[in-house]
Amino acid sequence: MGNTTAIKRPAGVTGSILTSDTAGASAVAAAPFGEALVKAGRANPRILGMSADLSKYTDMHIFAQAFPHRFFQVGMAEQSLIGMAAGLARTGFVPFATTYCVFATRRAYDFIAIGAALGKANVKIIAGLPGLTTGYGGTHQGIEDLALMRALPNMTVIDPCDATEITQAVPIIAAHPGPVYMRLLRGSVPVVLDPATYQFELGRAKLLRPGKDVALISTGLMTGRALEAAAQLAEKRIDAAVLHLSTLKPFDVESVAALIKKVPSVVTIENHVLRGGLGTAVAETAVEAGYAIRWKQVALPDCFCVSGSIPYLTEHYKMRSGDIAQAASSLFE
Amino acid sequence: MKTPATINEKTSATSGNGADLATRLQARAKNIRRYVLRMAERVGQGYVGQGLGIADLLSVVYFHELRFRSQQLDWPDRDRFVLSIGHYSIGLYAALAEAGVIPLDELDTYGADGSRLEMSGSEFTPGFEMTGGSLGHGLPQAIGMAAGLRLDGKPSRVFCLSSDGEMQEGATWEAALAGAHYRLGNLFAFVDCNDQQADGPPSKVMAIEPLHEKWSAFGWDTQRVNGNDIGAIAAALDAAKQTEGKPHVIILDTLLGRGVPLFERREKNHFIRVEAEEWVLARQQLEQS
Repeated sequence: MGNTTAIKRPAGVTGSILTSDTAGASAVAAAPFGEALVKAGRANPRILGMSADLSKYTDMHIFAQAFPHRFFQVGMAEQSLIGMAAGLARTGFVPFATTYCVFATRRAYDFIAIGAALGKANVKIIAGLPGLTTGYGGTHQGIEDLALMRALPNMTVIDPCDATEITQAVPIIAAHPGPVYMRLLRGSVPVVLDPATYQFELGRAKLLRPGKDVALISTGLMTGRALEAAAQLAEKRIDAAVLHLSTLKPFDVESVAALIKKVPSVVTIENHVLRGGLGTAVAETAVEAGYAIRWKQVALPDCFCVSGSIPYLTEHYKMRSGDIAQAASSLFE
Repeated sequence: MKTPATINEKTSATSGNGADLATRLQARAKNIRRYVLRMAERVGQGYVGQGLGIADLLSVVYFHELRFRSQQLDWPDRDRFVLSIGHYSIGLYAALAEAGVIPLDELDTYGADGSRLEMSGSEFTPGFEMTGGSLGHGLPQAIGMAAGLRLDGKPSRVFCLSSDGEMQEGATWEAALAGAHYRLGNLFAFVDCNDQQADGPPSKVMAIEPLHEKWSAFGWDTQRVNGNDIGAIAAALDAAKQTEGKPHVIILDTLLGRGVPLFERREKNHFIRVEAEEWVLARQQLEQS
């Protein structure tokens, strides 16, 4: 071995716990949310930024630097964050409040429900570390936030796919009156969707790929993996459609129903626990429409996930593109 | 058409000294108490004690201090009154009725199915700036409103009414930090200390004192007065306005059921049920007080 000063790490420790998940991305964009908010802020002076001691970790610091007098730091106090945002909204501002999914939804839920949702206050909650985008375990992984937010009347819920969608969504949700919860991908964010051809629309699903054998219905960053899975399935002569729903609420029942009527073999794919998110919403749609579907889910199991590197967690919880292709293939076995 | 006037005694009075003002505000407070009894008698129950206890503050706020327009509730330059304690709505309905915002006849619908006057009020009732009742929400939202109004360069002020029980909510103290941090001199918080929460007196449920010292330590301009003394409340507000660059808190020691001895002496009077024949006595006692 010779003389070496290198620290020997046990197998599996990659040191990537704090990095963004850009594995396999052919292109990335830096801090798309922060950049988009600055741009929106220039166009609309009523837009404000807020954070609960996580501005640097939610790309909000870019807005804070651009508009120091329009940024409110509230410290580690999520109830104060949302309550204050609701008060600012009631004086005609459009506050964008950032923290992590877990802290926004678990700690400040009552403040979101009563301060923001009940009276449709114009509060935008932008929440980082959705699902398996952090290596920290149950304390930091937002695995059930979509279910909690979907259950709230008046709430709009968005899980964007990539940098393109975040960039497009920010001015749209700023212009949309009422409370919005959007999951955040921060730092170096993959570019999956072509900005020249993709256009985010609030409440509308997008058919990214037509197909007649199996419907891959996905949300959030999992849509990138669903597209990869569709390519893998094509090699096996399985023709997969990919329907991307970044808006979980209001849910685009029409687009989902139209697809599953034509293609009743369905895989739902989400960076979220099995119950209460996209899969549940698709199942509700099928049952309400009276369509018998064959259904597999690619989602996180009904448990708190362990800590670890993101590649390890992605493999461990079967959230890779290959796992999606496997789930789809199993519908034909 | 004439622009609707701001309703308060300061602008409507052409002259008058302090004694006249106190007399007028006491008359307003008595009307507020009359309306509280009227609402509660109709349903036979309600937060009568709170409504009676806070009537003096509401009189000072709505008929002396608050700049608002009863016929233009969304006037952008208005002062905001934020009711954090939703169950005190009976008092606010009464004050809003006295100010001409809520029709007097509507008071008879308090707590009835389909009424705008819910037991625990919400922002859907005219004159309510936000939805309280889930306790600890008022102050954080008041902080946001005060910050927003200041950002717009408006002279508007925010008045927030919280209770002693709410001093047990963590969100109250998160907001207390923020109010001091942002030096919100346009924010005036009232803490109604009637020494009664759902499970008993705060000293038994979860001790909150010393409140004056706590608020001072949090960086607020702090006063503590008899909350059933109209002159003392008005003087405290005048004193608060002399201090700039800090949010203000006025702790009010009040008596639940104030003005009706029958209720003042009733034990466990957080939520009062009253026998039919007792209302007559209650009304008589109020008129004699």
